[in-house]
Amino acid sequence: MAIPTNIMREAMILRLRELMIEDDRIFFVSADFGAQSLDGLREDFPGRFLNVGIAEQNCINICTGLALEGFKVFAYGIAPFISMRPYEQIRINLSLLSQTRPMNVNIISVGAGVSYDVSGPTHHCLEDISVMRTLPHMRVFSPCDAACAAQFVDYALATSGPKYIRLDGKALPGVYAERTADFAKGFAELRHGSDVCIIATGVMTHTALEVAERLPGKVGVIDAFLLDNLDEAALAECLRGYARVATLEEAFIGCGGLDSLVSCVLERQNLPARQQRFGFQRGYNFDNGGRLHLHRSVGIDTDSLARSLANT
Amino acid sequence: MDITAMKEKSRWVWRETLKIHKFCPESRIASSLSCVEILVALYYGGVLNFDAKQPFSEDRDRLIISKGHGSISYYPILADLGFIAKKELDAPGSLDSKLKAIPDTLIEGYETINGSLGHGIGVGIGMALGLKAKGSERKVFVLVGDGELNEGSMWEAIMLAGHHKLDNLCVIVDKNNLCMLDYCRNIVDLEPIEAKFQAFGWDSVTVDGHDEQAVAETLTAFKTRKAGSRSLVVVAHTVKGRGVKSLEVDSLCHIKSLKPDAIDELLKADELSHAQTRLGEGA
Repeated sequence: MAIPTNIMREAMILRLRELMIEDDRIFFVSADFGAQSLDGLREDFPGRFLNVGIAEQNCINICTGLALEGFKVFAYGIAPFISMRPYEQIRINLSLLSQTRPMNVNIISVGAGVSYDVSGPTHHCLEDISVMRTLPHMRVFSPCDAACAAQFVDYALATSGPKYIRLDGKALPGVYAERTADFAKGFAELRHGSDVCIIATGVMTHTALEVAERLPGKVGVIDAFLLDNLDEAALAECLRGYARVATLEEAFIGCGGLDSLVSCVLERQNLPARQQRFGFQRGYNFDNGGRLHLHRSVGIDTDSLARSLANT
Repeated sequence: MDITAMKEKSRWVWRETLKIHKFCPESRIASSLSCVEILVALYYGGVLNFDAKQPFSEDRDRLIISKGHGSISYYPILADLGFIAKKELDAPGSLDSKLKAIPDTLIEGYETINGSLGHGIGVGIGMALGLKAKGSERKVFVLVGDGELNEGSMWEAIMLAGHHKLDNLCVIVDKNNLCMLDYCRNIVDLEPIEAKFQAFGWDSVTVDGHDEQAVAETLTAFKTRKAGSRSLVVVAHTVKGRGVKSLEVDSLCHIKSLKPDAIDELLKADELSHAQTRLGEGA
């Protein structure tokens, strides 16, 4: 069966597998999580692939040891478990240790937001942006499509330090197929509008593009894919003409996520735009019914957003 | 170094450790005194390959001190061997010194951060795998406390190392029998520790952790084993607060600090007994 290259993890691993041929210092460590493309990688590089089992704490610690030996390491697991189960290992051995030791560890976290919609709140991951953003030295990457995710692999290998890579679990339409993601900038302006600019990340960038179609000419769309060190001055330049800015994320809001990042930029860059925050209120959602239902329940589906943004 | 010289070195390390504690009473003296002879055996007993001038030399054996807070006794060794300047021992805890109550990676010789417990074996596995992938013959040693074995992350690591028969990994358990609030056996009884490791596929050796020669011989034998063996755990029986009677008999000794006068008395008593021993030898 052909590997679906519109799924972020598949595109990333395919690129990584190509690069592992040239670079014998790349190591891949999975916490018993797979992908179609991973089967080939395991076959090609049995000496540089390790499945640690369902043991995320050990996964991060082993990646640390490998990184201290000079390997560029990828830790791979399911989003809520690879981010929050080993949070102390990430804090001590990646965030803290990387301040005094060169190391390159990349956490590939699959199932951002409510990708695993019907699996319920244990599998929803709405905290990761804020808990990772608070860690010093941690780069947080949140792509909206497979092409952007694949492009990040080359950047990750060339850039020292710990990185958290937040991937959607589902196949998503292409945005960066014909575009090069600028990792020095950390965002891309996809649409310019007259009225309100939506700054979105991950899967929500697609919703933002749909809202822009509904309100032609009025809505600008910025895809933010680096959520800690994007180029603030460049972002301020894009936002300068807008009276309103809306942040949109499949994550808890009001606690350090994309919304906080943007409000800091508005403040620091002295921009007059009013900010509206769209995302999940801080409570766990036990509803069944799929992703669209979950989005509707908090007003971040295309219809609700088009209404909210048209009216205010 | 022969056994007499190692014993003399241990005595010096013991004395210096007490002096560090006098400067910096927040340091954990009792758990630092249980591993003096283990550290002396590692560095002076011909076990570790190291180069103090190049602390990250590819050719070094890796030592992770997972029970980081209980390794103040490592400071004098690092100064003695030239990893850090001798003057560092003059004022630990002060603004001018890099020596803190809990060690960190600004101190040459410390491979990793270990103020938080339970990380050493997993990180050690990563290093052991990395060394193998690079074709290196160097070994990884991890010094852990027996109380530290309460951390679940340790057992994730122990299971995996055993499964993969990582024969370049050696864990040394400083079995001083105490956690912070009580004897380990009253909190979570892991006895016999050897059998727990064996059940997960490890080889085990039990030694007297205050016998430098026995520790050095065990660890040297590990280094020269033939490939294709298993991970090794060395359970070193020790006494927490070794050499300080008030600590040795106190189940809460982990959190006890010694008063400056008490330290002066201990050092004086040690000098006296040493002089008497010398005299005895002379006669």
